[in-house]
Amino acid sequence: MDTALREIILAIVTLYPDKVRGGGCPVFCVSSVEEQNRVSLLLARTLGGLVHDLENGVYFISKH
Amino acid sequence: MQEYGITILFGLVAGFVARWLMLRNDYRHYPTYPHGHVTHLALGFIAAALGAVAVPAIAKPDYVAVTFLTLAAQQFRDVRNIERETLNKLEETKLIPRGTDYIEGIARVFEARNYLCIFTALLSSGAYHLIKFWAIPVAFMAIFASMTLMRGMVLGDVVDIEEGHIHFQKSLLMVDDVVIMNVGLESTREKIMAEGMGLILHPKDDNARLTLHAPGQRMAILHDVVSILGTKVDIAETELMPMIRKQVDKGYYALFIVANEPDIQYLRQIVEKVPVLESAQGSTLSSYLGRKAAD
Repeated sequence: MDTALREIILAIVTLYPDKVRGGGCPVFCVSSVEEQNRVSLLLARTLGGLVHDLENGVYFISKH
Repeated sequence: MQEYGITILFGLVAGFVARWLMLRNDYRHYPTYPHGHVTHLALGFIAAALGAVAVPAIAKPDYVAVTFLTLAAQQFRDVRNIERETLNKLEETKLIPRGTDYIEGIARVFEARNYLCIFTALLSSGAYHLIKFWAIPVAFMAIFASMTLMRGMVLGDVVDIEEGHIHFQKSLLMVDDVVIMNVGLESTREKIMAEGMGLILHPKDDNARLTLHAPGQRMAILHDVVSILGTKVDIAETELMPMIRKQVDKGYYALFIVANEPDIQYLRQIVEKVPVLESAQGSTLSSYLGRKAAD
């Protein structure tokens, strides 16, 4: 039987740290869009999740 | 015994041939796996034997012997369970699952095929008993009838399919005006724009709308498409997951897929040939209020 955390935010990758509050998952602060894309890609591949864009400089990774 | 020997053999052969022809081993592994072939042919043989023996049993007359047909019913209900269990187990390791509706449909078809096999054997041996070798056309007709009876409705009968335009509204992947999902990564968006395919499925009536509304039917469509055209989804890389989503306001559906074989015309034909699942089939128009409401 496979157990996994689904439908929750596994990680947040943000260009603007002040736009994210609260705990529960790691927040990765990055300094450029390229870095954001790269970090999100690596996180998504290792966590087996999907990268979603909140369109305000914040990406998050979630498993469905 | 001698006089009934050929009668039984005739029915047996006709029933077995019917089962053989109904057994299809195609690209979707629907419904048979190679070893499943042997199992089902063996069961088909038993079914044919049961059907073929019934007529001599009545002619003899040994009416009680006919009650063994009830045993057959029990036997073939087990066939349904076998198929259901096997396919459910295999489901756990599938990236694009069939869905329980599809499995139930397949299992039911398997059971029904055995009954059709009995029916063919019964009719053929009965005909042989009455009209001897004139029974050959009767046997052919019974086999033909069994094969046409097994042909259910396909999606092309109830849905109009047209090509959909894939585009992004900021981070939202859309097929025409249907939202599919949120895609974060720029590289994934580029890949989708380059290789993605989209279809719009317009239900022809309210029954069809209800059919497509069932998630089981949508899973069946995706499973068929993926097993023919392939998919670029992998374990832990589920960004390019094929999906069917609804345009909530207008009631039509959009299909999105990134396939290994990006041939939109074949994609369309595959979707047209997906069976309409019995368990998902809408029947709102058969009810009085359903007809009244459909305007």
